[in-house]
Amino acid sequence: MSQTTAATVAHANDHALDHGDHAHGHHPTGLMRWLTTTNHKDIGTMYLWFSFTMFLMGGVLALGIRAELFKPGLQLWHPEFFNQLTTMHGIIMVFGAIMPAFVGFANWLVPIQIGAPDMAFARMNNWSFWLLPPAALLLVISFFVPGGATAGGWTLYAPLTSQMGPGMDLAIFALHILGASSIMGSINIVVTILNMRAPGMTMMKMPMFVWTWLITAYLLIAVMPVLAGAITMTLTDRHFGTSFFNAAGGGDPVMYQHVFWFFGHPEVYIMILPAFGIVSHVIPAFARKPLFGYSSMVYATSSIAILSFIVWAHHMFVVGMPAAGVLFFMYATVLIAVPTGVKVFNWLATMWRGSMTFETPMLFAVGFLFVFTMGGFTGLVCAIAPIDLQIQDTYYVVAHFHYVLVAGSLFALFSGTYFWLPKWTGHMYNEAMGKTHFWLSLIFFNITFFPMHFLGLAGMPRRIPDYATQFADFNMIASIGAFGFGFSQLIFLAGVVKCIRGGEKATAQVWEGAEGLEWTLPSPAPYHSFEVPPQVK
Amino acid sequence: MSTVASVRLARAAGNRQLLVRLLVVTAVMFGFGFALVPFYEKICQVTGLRSLLQPDHVGSINSQIDYARSIAIEFDTNMRGLPWTFRSLEGHVSVHPGEMQQAVFEIHNGSNRPLTGQAIPSYGPALAAEYFRKVECFCFTQQTLQPGETRQVPVVFVVDSALPSSIATITLSFTFFEVNGAQAPAGVSTPVSVKAGAVRS
Ligand code: HEM
Ligand SMILES: [Cu+2]
Repeated sequence: MSQTTAATVAHANDHALDHGDHAHGHHPTGLMRWLTTTNHKDIGTMYLWFSFTMFLMGGVLALGIRAELFKPGLQLWHPEFFNQLTTMHGIIMVFGAIMPAFVGFANWLVPIQIGAPDMAFARMNNWSFWLLPPAALLLVISFFVPGGATAGGWTLYAPLTSQMGPGMDLAIFALHILGASSIMGSINIVVTILNMRAPGMTMMKMPMFVWTWLITAYLLIAVMPVLAGAITMTLTDRHFGTSFFNAAGGGDPVMYQHVFWFFGHPEVYIMILPAFGIVSHVIPAFARKPLFGYSSMVYATSSIAILSFIVWAHHMFVVGMPAAGVLFFMYATVLIAVPTGVKVFNWLATMWRGSMTFETPMLFAVGFLFVFTMGGFTGLVCAIAPIDLQIQDTYYVVAHFHYVLVAGSLFALFSGTYFWLPKWTGHMYNEAMGKTHFWLSLIFFNITFFPMHFLGLAGMPRRIPDYATQFADFNMIASIGAFGFGFSQLIFLAGVVKCIRGGEKATAQVWEGAEGLEWTLPSPAPYHSFEVPPQVK
Repeated sequence: MSTVASVRLARAAGNRQLLVRLLVVTAVMFGFGFALVPFYEKICQVTGLRSLLQPDHVGSINSQIDYARSIAIEFDTNMRGLPWTFRSLEGHVSVHPGEMQQAVFEIHNGSNRPLTGQAIPSYGPALAAEYFRKVECFCFTQQTLQPGETRQVPVVFVVDSALPSSIATITLSFTFFEVNGAQAPAGVSTPVSVKAGAVRS
């Protein structure tokens, strides 16, 4: 194909090529290369390493939690510090690990999937990334200020957040910066997708990953500013005498929950829609069949996004809403299960009578399908208001959202990493390591989180450092699973490093059944690709 | 490569235009977050959902006194961030549903500067809240105490006879918060200046 050769030529001229916008003269080398790069592939790579680092950090905090909960009684930490662990684990995983990881994927893949030479605003792209490390630094520093890191839970509910020490302010600033980064990244993605597609690539020909990110980016632009508003109000309540959430001044802490969850529920879809996109590439490739029901996938994704704006109060069934409100939010929430179900059935139909093979990306995708769907079901259980009155703020909810976030978002990220790694590095990863990583992750994930359903149903509250002895056995099992899961991730790290260093040479096509523009590029994808837009038929 | 350059230039203008539009959306949504505050206040006002700091209407309830039942009312007092003392003179009282009753609390500013506080009520069990009607309460206004000042403040209330029979004891707990900064009109205790969730500017 012609664009392949054009791209290869561009690659060959890599350093000599000087094209308008930014890259004047030579590429800087060493650290300066990474600090100043405006190349979407470089930036994607940095996002991925950043998010993996945060994933390990958040993971260490999680192991701190599970070590304390290994048996009843206070073993390792003061309760105050335990609360910091749970809070910072949540914040770091959501805002530091999962979200930037998907942005990293978008940077790497969106341009090469739509035949664009780079992101629309390459310089802004660099800024979006370099905002992240300072924000992460603030979060780390917050552990060492008087009173320690914020301990109000990742949802940062008032009135706790009005009462915490300076660690809270640092967390607020960090979230402001992370939010600004997300918004800039999203704007970049929307503009790239809408304006930079290769000729012939109509909206309904766009790859699913691109579609899901387009919708996710819109969600982000719509709700990140609302979160910014909520934490700004918290900040002014703390320091400037306002009383948005301060009952003494006539404010209302429940209002915080309303504002937060207006952001918070779309946020959970922000963390899962790109995962849906990834899985929609992997399953067809390994079933060697086109994606079943492409257009219904597009519509389902859009309806999920729209519905996600009218269900926020399902997180607040116990605040004392009028019955009519409870019923509305309950029905609306259950309604979301319909488009989600459409997707699951489409993936199943794609696999139906396909000639399937189970390389690591497919294993993670199928694992995602099974285990994420279980998380969807427990979500439905939580959505039934009378049941939720019992299980709200128990370990059942913890089980629910780890099934959707770990086995959903994270497994999809692993699936996508193994799937595109050969395209990124030019080498095949070690299949045995990949499979070991998958099986250990799947098994230890379930050992960790499955017992939490029972704990929650039996009434164990979440976010506590100590518990009644009847919960001891399941907690011990969960803690063992957590350490197993944590250490299994080192296999992933080793596998990726090994694949970067060398390995069997990857072909351009990499996977027999893979389809899309990115597979027309050689592996590794050249530094500059699609300088001349390909023609899509 | 010159065709590439011209395609890029044409695109750049379109890209910038979309960028500006999306930035506007971002700014609007930031404002929307703040707009939710007065919006919810309006809803609460219209539906009467949150009337914590306003006199309750007693006109609608059954004024028949139910002598067959006695409800124990326990008073609990707390302080947050204020160097005051705060106590209930009665400690607890017993009332019949439908009967108007007064209880008196004493607040004292032991510090050497004038201070303003706001009391926030809460109920145990929470379910009792909607049957506990406060006709008059020191918690409807901010209280400003001069250094060394002691003040006795009343609560006048009726327990609705519709109170479920399973509830025999109601705990009424007040917490005094310090009011500082912009929302403290110094030295005045304006009646019901703190409406349900009113925003101060
Ligand atoms: C069929 C789809 C889903 C339904 C019906 C659903 C429903 C619910 C409900 C009702 C709650 C509140 C439970 C409570 O606090 O008592 C909840 C919590 C939660 N859900 Fe889901 N959910 C679904 C999918 C997802 C997905 C895809 C994600 C993220 C990838 C997610 C992440 C969360 C999180 C993080 C929480 C807990 C928030 C917190 O309190 O810290 N959910 N879900
Ligand atoms: Cu939700």
